[in-house]
Amino acid sequence: MSARTLAASPGLSDGDVARIRVDFPILLERPHGKPLVFLDSAASSQKPLQVIGAMDDYYRRYHANIHRGVYHISELATEAYEEARRKVARFIGAASAAECIFVRNATEGLNLVAFAWGRRNVRRGDAIVVTEMEHHSNLVPWQVLAQETGAALRFVPVDDSGLLDLTQLDTLLDGAKIFAFTAVSNTLGTVNDVALLAARARAAGAISVVDACQAVPRMPVDVQAWGCDFASFSGHKMLGPTGIGVLWGRLELLDAMPPFMTGGGMINVVRLQSSTYADVPARFEAGTPAIAEAIGLGAAVDYLEAVGMDAIHAYELALTRIALDRLAEVSAVKIYGPPFEHRTGVISMTVGDIHAHDLATILDSEGVCVRAGHHCNQPLMEKLDVPATTRASFYLYNTAPEIDVLIRGIEKAKGIFGIA
Amino acid sequence: MNDFGGVDDLYRDFILDHYRHPRNAGTLENPDATFEDNNPLCGDRIRMDVRIAGDRIDDVRFAGRGCAISQASASLLTEAVKGKTVAEVEQLSDEAVLENLGISISAVRLKCALLGIKVLKSALALKRG
Ligand SMILES: Cc1ncc(COP(=O)(O)O)c(C=O)c1O
Repeated sequence: MSARTLAASPGLSDGDVARIRVDFPILLERPHGKPLVFLDSAASSQKPLQVIGAMDDYYRRYHANIHRGVYHISELATEAYEEARRKVARFIGAASAAECIFVRNATEGLNLVAFAWGRRNVRRGDAIVVTEMEHHSNLVPWQVLAQETGAALRFVPVDDSGLLDLTQLDTLLDGAKIFAFTAVSNTLGTVNDVALLAARARAAGAISVVDACQAVPRMPVDVQAWGCDFASFSGHKMLGPTGIGVLWGRLELLDAMPPFMTGGGMINVVRLQSSTYADVPARFEAGTPAIAEAIGLGAAVDYLEAVGMDAIHAYELALTRIALDRLAEVSAVKIYGPPFEHRTGVISMTVGDIHAHDLATILDSEGVCVRAGHHCNQPLMEKLDVPATTRASFYLYNTAPEIDVLIRGIEKAKGIFGIA
Repeated sequence: MNDFGGVDDLYRDFILDHYRHPRNAGTLENPDATFEDNNPLCGDRIRMDVRIAGDRIDDVRFAGRGCAISQASASLLTEAVKGKTVAEVEQLSDEAVLENLGISISAVRLKCALLGIKVLKSALALKRG
């Protein structure tokens, strides 16, 4: 076990983390007879009992559809659903709860902007700007929008160190209607300066759309301080359940947008030939929403706030520092991405010529869960010229000794593949 | 949960040998059939070039990159199909390919192990067109 302990680390103490771990029943699982070492929270985090319990409670005690029934348990369900919206709004610094639209996931939120705002406002001759480090979810919707409208799609390049190259940004933004970029790269762990990028977009007359999927779970986020126009993120990466995400948007923009999907729940007056639409946020929540999941997300926000986002962020950085230092001592390990100052708890690596999938399979045999592949980031991988990387990511329930287990697994893989 | 034989069983010496020293690696000039495909899950990529004489596979070469399982499986496959008739290869089942591979493959790695045969069959189907 590593001599390093976390006692000296900022953020959370060993005792804090030990108490946190008790809340996550899955950490008692023993895949292949080994303790579960879950280093794939960037793909999807684990869930505390508080989140599982909140959903269970809803189903057991007050399940009913919302905004419909006049009876007591429907009122309870409606109140819990709207309370979850208020919690999320407060958590990300939204000006009002109405600015937070519940969607299925970050991908749906980004598509909502591309469809509802994009198709109304983007025309032939306009430009849409994205970066080379986008997850496919923040790339493909803009490709489709560009193809359908005849707008040009332009890319902010990523430099060799894994940072955005902003030298040509103003030229790229000239004539742009939309600048869509990620707050944190899910592949390289790069943290972008959202406030700066949003300000440059605004100065150029473009709206800014932030993929906040990897930021909201791991650092304090204030969308008004960011100064962006839209931000989209998923509940399942921030201790919440799958099937729920949030699109935040400025009220005046949302107000002016046509619906994305239509049907029940999003209407005002319906006649046979035409209808008028409900106000925001209901206009964008057609059909029965993911009620239990919204309530679960509200419980996740409570949990994160109780631990404290500053503490979570500091702790994650401490683990990242330890992991980067330890991995640097392991021969044949190559780390991708920027220097520590520009990172958060996501580390992409290759080990000699071991393919990422083989490494992940061998790590799995030691109970270690990592992501292997292109991380929904194919253009970036091609730029880095690697077929696939292995990615370890950290969250509030991970520990320094788990990093030692990761390193031992890497050494085992090197042994099998005969790498010195 | 099925644990199969563990990783030592998966990464046997002959698998690593085929991975490090793939048989029939490379490409053919003017192949009679060719196809390239990838496994989007992990980005494994394999191209197969085939020369056909009469109704038999006279020569086959593969090029690609990816995990040990996909590359070793493709390498073993090229050895197995040389000299076989096109019809025989077209009828080759996934089970037969896995049996020839000789290791137990977990569900998540099946796509890797079967990429080679998928590409080879696509090449032959395209030629038949
Ligand atoms: C940066 C980033 N954007 C978007 C997504 C897509 O999230 P979801 O699949 O929950 O819609 C992910 C998830 O992997 C991500 O990491």
